[in-house]
Amino acid sequence: MTTLEKYTQVFTDTFGITDEEAKNLKFQDIKAWDSVGHMGLISAIEEAFDIMMETDDIIDLSSFEKGKEILAKYDVEIK
Amino acid sequence: MSNLEQLFEIEPYSLNKEEKEKMLSEELGRLTEFHYNNCPEYKKILDRLGYDVTKTHTTGELPFIPVRLFKFYDLMSCPKDDIVKTMTSSGTSGQAVSKIYLSAQNTKNQSKTLTEIITSFIGKQRLPLLLLDTEMVKKDRSMFSARGAGIIGFSMFGRDTVYALDSDMNLDFEKVAAFLEKHKDEPILMFGYTYMIWQFVVKELKKRGVNFNIKNGILFHIGGWKKLKDEAVDVFTYNKTINDVMGSVKVYNYYGMAEQLGSVFVQCEHGHMHCSNYSDIITRHPYDFTPCKFGEKGIIQLLSVLPESYPGHSLLTEDEGVVLGEDDCPCGRKGKYFEIKGRIKNAEIRGCSDTYERR
Repeated sequence: MTTLEKYTQVFTDTFGITDEEAKNLKFQDIKAWDSVGHMGLISAIEEAFDIMMETDDIIDLSSFEKGKEILAKYDVEIK
Repeated sequence: MSNLEQLFEIEPYSLNKEEKEKMLSEELGRLTEFHYNNCPEYKKILDRLGYDVTKTHTTGELPFIPVRLFKFYDLMSCPKDDIVKTMTSSGTSGQAVSKIYLSAQNTKNQSKTLTEIITSFIGKQRLPLLLLDTEMVKKDRSMFSARGAGIIGFSMFGRDTVYALDSDMNLDFEKVAAFLEKHKDEPILMFGYTYMIWQFVVKELKKRGVNFNIKNGILFHIGGWKKLKDEAVDVFTYNKTINDVMGSVKVYNYYGMAEQLGSVFVQCEHGHMHCSNYSDIITRHPYDFTPCKFGEKGIIQLLSVLPESYPGHSLLTEDEGVVLGEDDCPCGRKGKYFEIKGRIKNAEIRGCSDTYERR
């Protein structure tokens, strides 16, 4: 499994959406990704990649794409 | 860089009186003009008051609206489509619910500000978090109230989060014990609501004669003191009892309202509530709304640089308090510090055009 597949799966599992839907997803686009869903997403990402994000990055992770950039800071390359 | 972006770059309790007045009068003046031009109801109020938004005003001259207007009107300063979240809070009187309309940017600024303030107390590292509440507050999203939002907002500062209470508000001893054992060599962060902590955690621990024995804990709590006052529990009794039943815990009470989430006020080691760079307080005499001197009790007006999607940057609350001083608290934090004295008796403030004439 590539890191991109793994990363996508976190979104599809957390929010119950398809791979296609995950790709362009932004915070608040769907009901499931509200502030409650956000904390669920964060812990799922942290668990999947065995990292711990800083609070600022938790706030900044506002889209599927932005998450990739942020993960790079923790030496996780999504490809 | 905007004023707010500049504030994010500096320590949250660093501006002295002159620096802060300069920044706040500029930024809050900008917000007043912005809301005047974007919120029709707000414009009506200011027109009625004869307030000129194009002129420069000191923070003391800024118009303020009673917080309960948010219960009766849908006040927003952006297109409806930009609203991503509606905060509700029942406030004191119960029936009517305040509705605060938040845009994505406003929500983000609230989170960033809360982060700046809280991490100045606990550090940047995320700590194991014990939430002294039930997970139900976040499961039922239709009940997404200020209480749930507070819990979620605070969750950002934690990791390995555990809820201490079950759905019936019973303390889950086994779960908490396992959590404390797992993290026994680390600082423990705790969060909850003032009265619920007392009622469902402290009393239960006392009754059972059990102690959490935390070596290095930090507890943040928020919420009213009314019920505790009825039980004759003051802040010193509260903090001492927490340490009696939980171990060595630094206790921080903080104060904020759904209408100005993010720019919260934290009580320092000397028992003083502090304004940060993001907020300010003015107490006012109840009969003519002139500002009180330091030491005089008055109705609390709160200022915040955050409200952008709704006109909530200058609000008259229904709380009374005393401003104790400015820039000279022994804890070293700059800004005004104060004490809250509770709710106004028989709080009934009408729309400000009924009761308030600008002089």
